[in-house]
Amino acid sequence: MKTLNSKVPEGPIKDKWTTYKDKIDLVNPANKRNIDVIVVGTGLAGGSAAATLAELGYNVKAFAYQDSPRRAHSIAAQGGINAAKNYMGDGDSNYRLFYDTVKGGDYRSREANVYRLAEVSSNIIDQCVAQGVPFARDYGGLLDNRSFGGVLVSRTFYAKGQTGQQLLLGAYSAMNRQIARGKIEMFNRHEMLDVVKIDGKARGIIARDLISGEIERHSAHAVVIATGGYGNVYFLSTNAMGSNATAAWKIHKKGAYFANPCFTQIHPTCIPRSGDYQSKLTLMSESLRNDGRIWVPKNLEDAKAIQQGKLKPLQLSEDQRDYFLERRYPAFGNLVPRDVASRAAKERCDAGHGVNATGEAVYLDFASAIERYGKEQAKIHGVHNPSKEKITELGEKLIEEKYGNLFQMYEKIIDENPYKTPMMIYPATHYTMGGVWVDYNLMTTVDGLYCIGEANFSDHGANRLGASALMQGLADGYFVLPYTIGDYLAKEIRTGKIPTDSPEFEEAEKEVKDKIDFFITNKGTHTVDYFHKRLGKVMWDKVGMARNAKGLKEAIKEIQEIREDFWKNVMVSGSANEFNQELEKAGRVADFLELGELFAKDALDREESCGGHFREEHVTEDGEAKRDDKNFAYVAAWEYTGKPSEAILHKEQLTFKDIELKTRSYK
Amino acid sequence: MNLTLKIWRQKGPKDKGQMVSYNVTDISEHMSFLEMMDVLNEGLVAKGEEPVAFDHDCREGICGMCSLQINGEAHGPDRGITTCQLHMRMFHDGETIYIEPFRAKGFPVIKDLVVDRTAFERIQQAGGYISVNTSGNTQDANGILISKHNADLAMDAASCIGCGACVASCKNASAMLFVSAKVSQFALLPQGKIEAKERVLNMVKQMDEEGFGNCTNTGACEVECPKGISLENIARMNREYLKASY
Repeated sequence: MKTLNSKVPEGPIKDKWTTYKDKIDLVNPANKRNIDVIVVGTGLAGGSAAATLAELGYNVKAFAYQDSPRRAHSIAAQGGINAAKNYMGDGDSNYRLFYDTVKGGDYRSREANVYRLAEVSSNIIDQCVAQGVPFARDYGGLLDNRSFGGVLVSRTFYAKGQTGQQLLLGAYSAMNRQIARGKIEMFNRHEMLDVVKIDGKARGIIARDLISGEIERHSAHAVVIATGGYGNVYFLSTNAMGSNATAAWKIHKKGAYFANPCFTQIHPTCIPRSGDYQSKLTLMSESLRNDGRIWVPKNLEDAKAIQQGKLKPLQLSEDQRDYFLERRYPAFGNLVPRDVASRAAKERCDAGHGVNATGEAVYLDFASAIERYGKEQAKIHGVHNPSKEKITELGEKLIEEKYGNLFQMYEKIIDENPYKTPMMIYPATHYTMGGVWVDYNLMTTVDGLYCIGEANFSDHGANRLGASALMQGLADGYFVLPYTIGDYLAKEIRTGKIPTDSPEFEEAEKEVKDKIDFFITNKGTHTVDYFHKRLGKVMWDKVGMARNAKGLKEAIKEIQEIREDFWKNVMVSGSANEFNQELEKAGRVADFLELGELFAKDALDREESCGGHFREEHVTEDGEAKRDDKNFAYVAAWEYTGKPSEAILHKEQLTFKDIELKTRSYK
Repeated sequence: MNLTLKIWRQKGPKDKGQMVSYNVTDISEHMSFLEMMDVLNEGLVAKGEEPVAFDHDCREGICGMCSLQINGEAHGPDRGITTCQLHMRMFHDGETIYIEPFRAKGFPVIKDLVVDRTAFERIQQAGGYISVNTSGNTQDANGILISKHNADLAMDAASCIGCGACVASCKNASAMLFVSAKVSQFALLPQGKIEAKERVLNMVKQMDEEGFGNCTNTGACEVECPKGISLENIARMNREYLKASY
């Protein structure tokens, strides 16, 4: 049995990364040309890693299931990216970003990793600007910032509501430069279906060409997994339809420990669901909470009338409204962290105050912001004694400048004008803080196998703060992995090219082919989506925003039953050797059906409430999450032993030397 | 709503392909267009038939993966959105809807409604970048001042999602709106000036090699572009090209 070694360097936290970089092994440029690295997934983390490794001189093979790296779901991140630049002069610093992230994560992340993240955050902004990322600027030509949940400073850089898109296109352009030079070989429309281990080291992958259906072997001296999170285990989430956990789960089954799967983020501001046919949920950026106020009707009768369509929100006066976040959390108001905001909305809706037909929605209202900005704009433009209409017009114009694309997206889906009537929002699965366990080097428990970005567990603890996912993805890919992987590859300079005709490749390929043959030949009765939806319902009902022991035990049993049913009765059309989207889905859902069980098991095991993990048995008197630092200040890293139910728990004890462990309060 | 769908079916790149008729019933007006396609496919698979292959991923209008020519229009009848953002309330009960792939010489069909858009990749690889290494050792981000006006224009150009609607809408199957969006983004920023000449020449050269046509100022691309990329970008690219050529 392997003991967990986080390999955090010694020394004061401020010096760890610098000192460490000074001492690690390097690979000389001539040797880098003889070393191959596989990067699976080309979103912000994978794309930036592939580009940087290629710039350094390694031969990179990159894999994406879409037809271009530009399609990765990082592109959908809206609001922004954090960096401790302190351009606003509002008291920001590396330490404060570090502190906010650890606190926001409810003290379940590794201090040293988070400090490093804060430390390199400023570099990311410099780098992206140099690449031509068009961040928002003020009239003086300087970069603009806004504020996000869980912090008291403005440190979020943004490009309209399309920050993820612009950052991903930046990484994509860096990749393109290397593809043109031949240093990155890009495999679009390819999916990794297994990792190949030789003598305990990751030496390659088995991938399927999604157009021809051909199974391919690819070898390398190290493998990097950057395939994002597992939010689609819920079926409905804000993830892309194709987002999946297959690469992460396959490496778990080959020896990589999976950490804290129950730490999943339910994002408060998503467009509510409308019917059973729904295929995905759409996020409305957290940045909207800068200007939008969240409320529900104070009186149950009003809520009922609204649900039945007999009353409109604008008919309710101020004193008939309950701005419940401002009421419960006066210090942070509408900008409390995501987990807190989501639970508060659920609490109000459960109590019957929801505002749409399903009763599962709350208002996000921009009327005060429109008035405030309108008055400000009137002053700026020298309009004296502006009429109410003029103020509204000017205010709406400014809101459009800030959030125009989000408002348009909302209007297209709901068919209501959010400038004139409040938006309706409800929480939805958005991001997974848990993931593959990695050490300080971002290496998994398998030698030569790395995991970066959302796919790993490392930086966000039990809850991620807004605008931190983009920061982590790019930090891992541009500035951390390229150093730490060198330390490992320095020992590989004498290895030579790795052949793909070894028994290990043979065996891994056979396993993959057998599974595909099974799906194609199985004469089942139900489609893949049928099973995925059933799994999603169990996950949402029993392993969702609020969990308890009874429900979790039931969930484990039900997931096992669905899985058994799946392997008997799944029906996949078409053949193996062609473009076959049903076959792609079948493999992904098979993995979700195992991951879901480990997820519930982890949630059952963690007898405390913290961050996105809320156990109904563990609450304070006023209904807030109650953490148990004495017994649960650890990372739960699970080792696969053949079945999710028999996974073995390894604990990485978390120590807090630079931040005092205390109850998170946003009051 | 009950609808008749006439959908392009094509087994593979070498197959001839044809329109096939399907009926779908009980479609809610709140469904997205692709959810309606999901309903169709779910039914086809249950009947043991092959589902219709179509590209899609984020389903929120930003990844650029979805396509489809719906009733002859790229991304369908609504404006400023992608197919995945199109809702069934745009159609009425009993209607017949024609669904085809994006058609262009540069976009060969892979299967059914799925086309190969890797020509766009090769165009980007020809110069859609600024040659700066990702070492982090660049100057401070605020060391480069950029007027808000130009930053905003660059952002507008950069919001292209590479879906290919411009090509599919153009009678010449021109990719100039797509190429000019990237050329413009960098032409408007000081960081992009150094390589401006090589960039525009190389990207246009690659665009021609991929078999895309030229621009004759019809403007269909601008109308159908889900992100509202302006024709002004093509004008800017032409100026850049002329500057670089002489």
